[in-house]
Amino acid sequence: MRTGLASALIVLAVSSAGVSGCSDQTKSCDVPAYLLTSDSTLSRVASVVKAGGPLNILVVGSRSSTISGAEGEAYPVKLQAALREKLPGVPVNVAVELTPRKTAGDVASGLGKLVAARQSTLVVWQTGIVDAIRSVDIDEFREALDEGVTALRNAGADVVLMNMQYSPRTETMVSMNAYIDNMRLVAQQRDVPVFDRFTIMTRWNERGEFDLFSPVHGASLAKRVHSCLGRALSTFVINTARINSAEPEARRQ
Amino acid sequence: MPPVIDQVVGVRTKAGPASVKRDAPVVMIPTPPRERELRLDLLRGFALWLIFIDHLPQNLLTWLTIRNYGFSDATEIFIFISGYTAALVYGRAMRERGFIVAAARILRRVWQIYVAHIVLFTIFLAEISYVASSSENPLYTEEMGILDFLKQPDVTIVQALLLKFRPVNMDVLPLYVALMLFFPLVLLVMQRSAGLALALSAGLYGLTWCFGLALPAYPNGVWFFNPFAWQLLFVFGAWCALGGAKRMSRILSSPATLSICAAYLLFAFYTTLTWHVPQLNHFMPHIAEQWMYPIDKTNLDVLRFMHFLALAALTLRFLPKHWPGLTSPWLRPLILCGQHSLQIFCIGVFLAFAGQFILAEYSGGAVVHFLISVCGILIMCAAAWVFSWYKRVTGKGGSRAKSADGDADLAGGGA
Repeated sequence: MRTGLASALIVLAVSSAGVSGCSDQTKSCDVPAYLLTSDSTLSRVASVVKAGGPLNILVVGSRSSTISGAEGEAYPVKLQAALREKLPGVPVNVAVELTPRKTAGDVASGLGKLVAARQSTLVVWQTGIVDAIRSVDIDEFREALDEGVTALRNAGADVVLMNMQYSPRTETMVSMNAYIDNMRLVAQQRDVPVFDRFTIMTRWNERGEFDLFSPVHGASLAKRVHSCLGRALSTFVINTARINSAEPEARRQ
Repeated sequence: MPPVIDQVVGVRTKAGPASVKRDAPVVMIPTPPRERELRLDLLRGFALWLIFIDHLPQNLLTWLTIRNYGFSDATEIFIFISGYTAALVYGRAMRERGFIVAAARILRRVWQIYVAHIVLFTIFLAEISYVASSSENPLYTEEMGILDFLKQPDVTIVQALLLKFRPVNMDVLPLYVALMLFFPLVLLVMQRSAGLALALSAGLYGLTWCFGLALPAYPNGVWFFNPFAWQLLFVFGAWCALGGAKRMSRILSSPATLSICAAYLLFAFYTTLTWHVPQLNHFMPHIAEQWMYPIDKTNLDVLRFMHFLALAALTLRFLPKHWPGLTSPWLRPLILCGQHSLQIFCIGVFLAFAGQFILAEYSGGAVVHFLISVCGILIMCAAAWVFSWYKRVTGKGGSRAKSADGDADLAGGGA
């Protein structure tokens, strides 16, 4: 008991020291390296980039893949900009297919057709939040993900799964963990990378880079978060596809 | 370990008078006719604290909770001890006053738990409505869909009264209601043959896994804690209370058991470590992963159950019944909380809502977060202290029979 309390205090002291230590840096929305790569790869993306493009990316997602009133500043647009910058000479196009208020099951069946029509090399499938809010049966969710990923693969696209946003104000009202875990499970079984938006945003909130609690109106916070997400996602795609973009990266730093 | 959890029988020994003197300023628990097992109260109090902390958003204190170090968490402790105490109290009632009286008292308890759940639901509804309608952050337009269920209050509220619609974190009490509802029958069988009851319970658990038995929830899915699976832990607790622990004491105290338990706990610890430190994932064989995951909380995964057993065995071994620390004033708050479990559980859930509300509306900093956790625990302790005081005061004035009932309720507390 006493040692427990003591260790809690130590943890507190250490972490507050850590926070004060980094607060004098500019807030750079850094993401640790392990969240920016995956054991799974994006082989089609790699070969398309090697062949000089064009790299067609399709983002399929719910309302959190856009910002109402500022669509041009949502993460898919930022992703396109960042990839064009990092892959000079390769034409990159990012399209968005919004599926608001649809569960993974609602979306999964149509994914194959969608990709065939658009000839996408890579599909970023952002899903899970609607399922979590409606507490869709977890097995149904997992099967829907599995069906969707299989359809996308069969249609000839690489897949990146993206999980929910971290939303501290509703954290105790919507239970996300089971959905996040099951997405990771499907990803592991199908050997598909997961862009862990939830953990990334949790870290930003903990480290004080964004005050995600803010109930403030206006889109400026959303714009900044999306800008960071878009950049992180571009790095994730490049690392996961094992594309050697070391030179432009090095120049940037 | 000889002094297994065969409480009730003993009499408060040496520790008694000494602690009375030392704790003079602190409220003493009323001395029941038979000795209380302070370890049970202690561990249940501990579980209540952990449940409170786990219901708050992630924060520093969350790292002290056991779910980060193994498969099982506070829910297992809570359900097991509740089964244990329920069997002690209502088992005695059944022996002394017959099935009807004991069943009636159990049902009264069920009613109390049900009412407590509905009160918490109302508070939750108030909070969620406020938060969702006051927030206009365009980042989270989607998350505000949590209010959609209020568009059909006629359906939703009826479903809530039927315990089918339960917002997040409100699953433990409905599980409790379900477990207690069938407890008279369990106890009846157990009085005839404890082993038979446990075997039936394990059989039901097996059937649940084979055929996917579950209770439907609203709007879809199933109960988060499947009562058909979790009853195993509850009945196992009851079985231990009614002599099972004594029977197992030989096995429990053997060094082989202890080393198996320790090895298993280490394995579980390492596995959970790989969740928090993904870099370690490379050292976890792929086959082991496929075999283990997902670790199913809804149906009380065997891995979780075994983890709880291993924890319990080691706790019994290293926390002796007459450990002097049990009467120390430092542990008194935990023990007091454990003695009023239903009330403290509800207060804990309420405080978690309130804390969440403060964090969401005013400030979300880590320091505030930490303070809220600590304040919440202090409030829980203070409340437990008041309950003890009240019980003692009213117990003195009341008739003998009444106070005996009161004590039973206190211990059976149940929740």
